[in-house]
Amino acid sequence: MTPLAALLVRDMRIAMRVGGGALMGVLFFLVVVTLIPFAIGPDLVLLKRIGPAILWLAALLASLLALDRLFAGDHDDGSLDLILMGRAPLELVVAVKGFAHWLTTGLPLVICAPLIGLLLNLDLTSEGALMLTLIVGTPALTFIGLIGAAIAVTLRRGGLLLAVIVLPLTVPILIFGVAAANAAVTGPAPFGTPFMILCALTLASLVVGPFAAAAALRQEIE
Amino acid sequence: MRLTAVELVCHRGGRDVFSGVSFVVGSGEALTISGRNGAGKSSLLRMVVGLLRTTGGRIALEGGDPELSIAEQAHYLGHQDALKGSLTVAENLRFWAGFFGARSIDVREPLEAVGLSALAGLPAAYLSAGQRRRLSIARLIAAPRRIWLLDEPTSTLDAAARDRLADLMRAHLAGGGLILAASHGPIGLQKTEELRLDQTVAAGAAT
Repeated sequence: MTPLAALLVRDMRIAMRVGGGALMGVLFFLVVVTLIPFAIGPDLVLLKRIGPAILWLAALLASLLALDRLFAGDHDDGSLDLILMGRAPLELVVAVKGFAHWLTTGLPLVICAPLIGLLLNLDLTSEGALMLTLIVGTPALTFIGLIGAAIAVTLRRGGLLLAVIVLPLTVPILIFGVAAANAAVTGPAPFGTPFMILCALTLASLVVGPFAAAAALRQEIE
Repeated sequence: MRLTAVELVCHRGGRDVFSGVSFVVGSGEALTISGRNGAGKSSLLRMVVGLLRTTGGRIALEGGDPELSIAEQAHYLGHQDALKGSLTVAENLRFWAGFFGARSIDVREPLEAVGLSALAGLPAAYLSAGQRRRLSIARLIAAPRRIWLLDEPTSTLDAAARDRLADLMRAHLAGGGLILAASHGPIGLQKTEELRLDQTVAAGAAT
């Protein structure tokens, strides 16, 4: 097994065991979205109009939920020291950890989204489009979150700082993700343009995130 | 293989921890680093593997793989055990063996060597401090690397485990490895050089 494959398997195992972040993210997502119709009331037209935005916001918050432990957990028990001593490039190590995090927290959100979309009066085509925007957009949320997780690694209560650092950076993804989803749900604006920009943002964050996070982790070395 | 440090200086938190520390360790040799609390034993080890920046001086390795840094050829056994409580003993070890590029990820032999084979399926959260330390030591055997940096390896170990560790260290030295160990007491090896950090600050130089 190569070092990176070993890391992927290990991080996914930890996330899926008791106390891992995988289930927590999905449950949070489901609870938040379920509460919205109760708060707003059974106005089907309104729910349909704000549905994509709500699902996106909930996905954004849910994917940040477990992110603060991504490097802090390894830092606290000394694993990070040993990971830095590995032969795998730190950028790739960070990217693999991000990918494992997305597989265990981001992907379940995408899979749950159509189910929970029913509560928001979304029809089949809109749900397909929404799922498409989420599957493209959530990796970007995770990989931008990597930067915040790496900066907050040595802090005891890094979760809040993480949110403050990361949330502003996710604004473009939120804008174009919701724009694309809205275009599919309510029209008449085209779906393609915002979706392409969303794809571009994701590709950029897949590259920038690991490099920035690895640089931040190297700075933690005194 | 020779690990050389010349005139190392450590400056942390606005304070000079040590300066003018030099040493040479060759294949098959062990160097113990002693000194009072706060003398910089752990800092020195962390410096060798690049987890702490050197304020001055240099560290060089001759005869190693020129493509790899010192850290990439070394094992570091720190105060923290680098174990995940939710993973089993075998899973923890298998991960580190895989991550450090071990050819085989059969963990039975290393677990046998530290006397933990009966606990292979137990989540690491249930291990005692000594057992956790032994599992960390198993990592050194699971993925062979020539340089061992041990930070107080015998702390939390019972007499039997200390003897076992001494055997492992002797085998490592016999195989051409080298050991740097920070320790307050004897680590169970007969022929070791000793580097006292207290004196290096006072005299400004050492062996």
